[in-house]
Amino acid sequence: MFSAFRIIVARDLLLAMRRRSDVLTTLFFFVIVVSLFPLGIGPELNTLRLIAPGVFWVAALLASMLALEKLFFVDYQDGSLEQMLLAPQPLSVLVLGKVLAHWLVTGLPLVLLSPLLGLQYDLSTATIAVMMFTLLIGTPALSLIGAIGAALTLGIRGGGVLVSLLVLPLYIPVLIFGAGAVEAEASGLGGAGHLSMLGAILLLSALAAPLATAAALRISAE
Amino acid sequence: MSGRLSFYRFSSPAAFYPLAGAIGKVSALIAVVLLAIGLYMSFFVAPTDYKQGEGYRIIFIHVPSAWMSMFIYLVMAFWAGIGLVFNTRLSSMMAQALAPTGAIMTFIALWTGAFWGKPMWGAWWVWDARLTSELILFFLYIGFIALQGSIDDTRRADRAGAVLLLVGVVNIPIIYFSVKWWNTLHQGATVSVTEGSSMSTIMLQAMLIMTFAFWAYSVAVAMYRVRSIILEREKDTRWVSELPEVRR
Repeated sequence: MFSAFRIIVARDLLLAMRRRSDVLTTLFFFVIVVSLFPLGIGPELNTLRLIAPGVFWVAALLASMLALEKLFFVDYQDGSLEQMLLAPQPLSVLVLGKVLAHWLVTGLPLVLLSPLLGLQYDLSTATIAVMMFTLLIGTPALSLIGAIGAALTLGIRGGGVLVSLLVLPLYIPVLIFGAGAVEAEASGLGGAGHLSMLGAILLLSALAAPLATAAALRISAE
Repeated sequence: MSGRLSFYRFSSPAAFYPLAGAIGKVSALIAVVLLAIGLYMSFFVAPTDYKQGEGYRIIFIHVPSAWMSMFIYLVMAFWAGIGLVFNTRLSSMMAQALAPTGAIMTFIALWTGAFWGKPMWGAWWVWDARLTSELILFFLYIGFIALQGSIDDTRRADRAGAVLLLVGVVNIPIIYFSVKWWNTLHQGATVSVTEGSSMSTIMLQAMLIMTFAFWAYSVAVAMYRVRSIILEREKDTRWVSELPEVRR
C-alpha cells in the first residue's frame, strides 16, 4: 500500500517535471493576482498592509482552484485512471498520493514565493512567517477539498467553471482561519487559535476528502 | 410484514407517481388555507411591535423561509444518502426535486432579510454570521443544481449530486462556526438577530402557521416536480405511455 502511494507520488512528480509550464502557470497566476491589487487599490502602504492577508489567501484559493482541472484530467484521458480504479490498493490511498504530488507542484511553490510578495506589501518579518505557516498548512487542505470537486466534474463540459461553483463555498473555512491567523498575529492578538483550527481542518480533510474523492471518481469514471 | 411491503412499494417511481399526485394536491390545499390564515393573522391580528413598528411583519415570511432553507438541505442530503446506499432511483429524484425549492427559500430569506435590515439596522446587508452562512448555503444549492444540470447521464448526475450533498452537509456546521468566529473577531456588526425575542403569543402563533404553510407549499411543489421528473426519466416505459394524461 505504501509502495503504491510512493510510486504514485513519484510518477506524478516526474510527469509534472516533464511539463514545467503547468507548474509555472499556477505560480505566476498567484503572483499576478497578488500584484494586481495594489494597482487597483492604490500604493498606500498602510492599506496594503491591512488587506495583505485577505489578498494572499484569496489569490491562493483561486490559484489552487485553477490548478484542480489538471489533477485527474490527464489520467482520465489516457486511461491510467481506470487502471488506478482497478488496482488492488485502496483508491483513497492512491488519491491521497495524487493530491500530495499535486500540492507539491502547485501549492508548495506558492508558499515558498509568498515571503517575496509579502515584502511588496510591506509586511513585517513576523507576519510573513505566520503567513507562510498558514499557507503551508492551509494549501494542502485546499488541494484535498478541491480534489472532490475535480473528481465530480471530471470530463463534464464546462467543468472548469463548475468546479469553482462547487469548491469555493467549501474553501471558505480555510480562507477565514488562514487569513484570520495572519490578521490576528499582525494585530497582536496571537493567531494560535486560528492555526489550531486550520490544522484541524487539514487533518479532517486528509481523513475524509480522499474517501469522498474516491467515491466521486468511481461515479465519474463509470 | 405486508404493511411493510406495501410501504416499500412506493420506492418504485411507477407506484409513487399517483401517490405523489395525491400528496401534492392535499398539501397544496393545506398550503393555500394556512397561507390565507397566516397572512391574515400576520397583517391584521398580530399587534404592532412597540420597538420595530410595522416593519417587523416581514419576519412572518422571513423566518419560515429561513427555516425551510436549512431544513430542505438536510432532507436533500438524507435522500441523497439513501439513494447512494440503497441505489433507489426515486430518492435521487426527490433530492433533485427539492433543490430549486430550497434555493428559492434561501433567496427569499436573504431578500426579506435585506428588507428587514434596512429599517432596523439601517443597512441592506451586514456581514452577520447568520446572513453570511445563509448566503453560503445559497451557493451550495446553486452548486448542486449546476452540477446536476451539466451532467447528461442521469445516473451519474444523481450519484455525483449525492456525494456533493453529503460533503456539503458535513461542511455546513464547519462553515457556520467559522463564519461565526470570523464575525466575532472582526467585531463588525454589533447587532444581534436574537435580541428581544420575547414574542407575544399571537405573533408566535402567526409565525408557526406561516411555517406550516411554507412546509406544505414545499411538499406540494416538490411532489409536483418529482412527478415531472419521473415522467421525464421514465418516458420510454410502458406504464407512462398508458397514463391517461400522457395518452391524451
